[in-house]
Amino acid sequence: MTKILAFIEQRNGQIKKSSFEVAKTAFDLSNKLNASVEAICFGNEINNLESVGGYGISKVTLLKNPLLENYSSHYLSLLVDFINQNNFDVIVFSATSLGKDLSPKVSAKLNCGLAIDCIDLQVTDDSIIATRPIYAGKALLDIKINSPKKVFSLRPNVFNAGIPNENKAEVNILNVELDSPKVKVIEVKKSEGKIDVAEADIIVSGGRGMKGPENFKMIEELAELLGGAVGASRAVVDAGWRPHSEQVGQTGKTVSPTLYFALGISGAIQHLAGMRSSKYIVAINKDKDAPIFQTADYGIVADVFEILPALIEEIKKIKQ
Amino acid sequence: MKIAVCVSHVPDTASKINIASNGKNIDQSGITYIINPYDEFAIEEALKTKEKHGGETVAISLGSDANKETLRKALAMGIDNAVLLKDDKYRDSLSVAKALAEEIKSQNAELVFFGKQSVDFDNSVVGQLTSELLGYNCISVVVSFSLDGNKIICEREIEGGKEVVETTLPAIITAQKGLNEPRYASLKGIMAAKKKEILEKPALEAENFVEVISMKKPPSKQAGRIIGNDVSAVPELVKILHEEAKVI
Repeated sequence: MTKILAFIEQRNGQIKKSSFEVAKTAFDLSNKLNASVEAICFGNEINNLESVGGYGISKVTLLKNPLLENYSSHYLSLLVDFINQNNFDVIVFSATSLGKDLSPKVSAKLNCGLAIDCIDLQVTDDSIIATRPIYAGKALLDIKINSPKKVFSLRPNVFNAGIPNENKAEVNILNVELDSPKVKVIEVKKSEGKIDVAEADIIVSGGRGMKGPENFKMIEELAELLGGAVGASRAVVDAGWRPHSEQVGQTGKTVSPTLYFALGISGAIQHLAGMRSSKYIVAINKDKDAPIFQTADYGIVADVFEILPALIEEIKKIKQ
Repeated sequence: MKIAVCVSHVPDTASKINIASNGKNIDQSGITYIINPYDEFAIEEALKTKEKHGGETVAISLGSDANKETLRKALAMGIDNAVLLKDDKYRDSLSVAKALAEEIKSQNAELVFFGKQSVDFDNSVVGQLTSELLGYNCISVVVSFSLDGNKIICEREIEGGKEVVETTLPAIITAQKGLNEPRYASLKGIMAAKKKEILEKPALEAENFVEVISMKKPPSKQAGRIIGNDVSAVPELVKILHEEAKVI
């Protein structure tokens, strides 16, 4: 029987939201493939690890050591040993910064194929067909892995974890002894209080139409009001107005939030590629012919400096 | 110290992508190719590292004769030597990594820079795969790099922040935008690059595990609704987002 392993990621002892998507997707795959499924997590004290049971995972193994709180090269060696000892065939990760680093290393060690940053997994004739965006989403590729073992990573925010049930997973704790790893994180620098564009549900992005870095205060205000993140076009990042970590597009981040505001962004093809899969897109631009209006769900053709203050006020009203 | 940098040749990010009639490749008409943008950061970091610590640099690319253009760009920026691993066929990421690992080993390179991903297939995995095949340490998505003797300290970008990561040589580093400002090739560099020989050899054969079933365009989106042309449209927009779309 095929055995599936879901990799559950934690930060500061909290399970990441995208890992519930992994748990649920791995469980759904196990039903379609008539396979068994379990999960693994690395860390020390993990809050509510048994909650993965609510997404269909009945057993989760925690490899426990304070050295595993942060990512290190130990993750790879421990995970590969665990996969080999227990003969897992399919390993599912989230395509987070950790998952994108770890999953290819696992596939190299197992000498197997991998499908990274998948947006859909379908089972036909007992094979998994993975769909992944290429050219930053300008095209989609359907691929099939033909090696006996298979590694998948799922783009965060795309797979629906659904509403968990009350089931609790059995947690199997393995205390591991470790020496100093060859590659280790010595410090994590968090951008305080900021939500990353790659993880945000709502993104408020500004482009060259914002005219200068000082005007991004309004964008920050709107993002904060909505509990969202600030995004930026390549033009404003290249001009040094905003950090690269906020860039949305082909040489920045590909995002799929529920709501995306494009403010003073004309919609260059490389920008559209990075945000077109957002659920709702709102564009404000004074040029009625701007390509962004071809992709937006709702648009206002007007000067962004005229609209933005009114928009902030109007949203404040409904937030009260 | 030998420093290698692996570069790929990709469609310009301004390109419109259409699917070829076989449904498995892109339509090449009207596509111009450029050096992968992230590889320019990798080249710059290789050059800076050589300037500081000495050594020799080599650029490696896997692909067809067309990749020579990208290798010439690397030479023009200041890379010492270039190797083209020739192969015109489709390869999956692991198969590419196996051929690159073979060449890195034969070059005896201790430090290797990659772009964090190619902007064509967006896999962002070849550096990591190559590192494991060679048994090198690896740090991906790097925005700052320093080398002191044998010790490397990098910052890598993560969700909502950065990780400071420490390791030792031999190592593979994959470059993220923000790592440095790539230099422009000087006229002298461009002229010298034209005269340099690019070493060509067949790429190591390796099995593909990943099969392409089909390539398609994403579902097209209907153009949306223009709600208005001035500030009077704002209450209507907010009402739609709040009551119809229920997203705020």
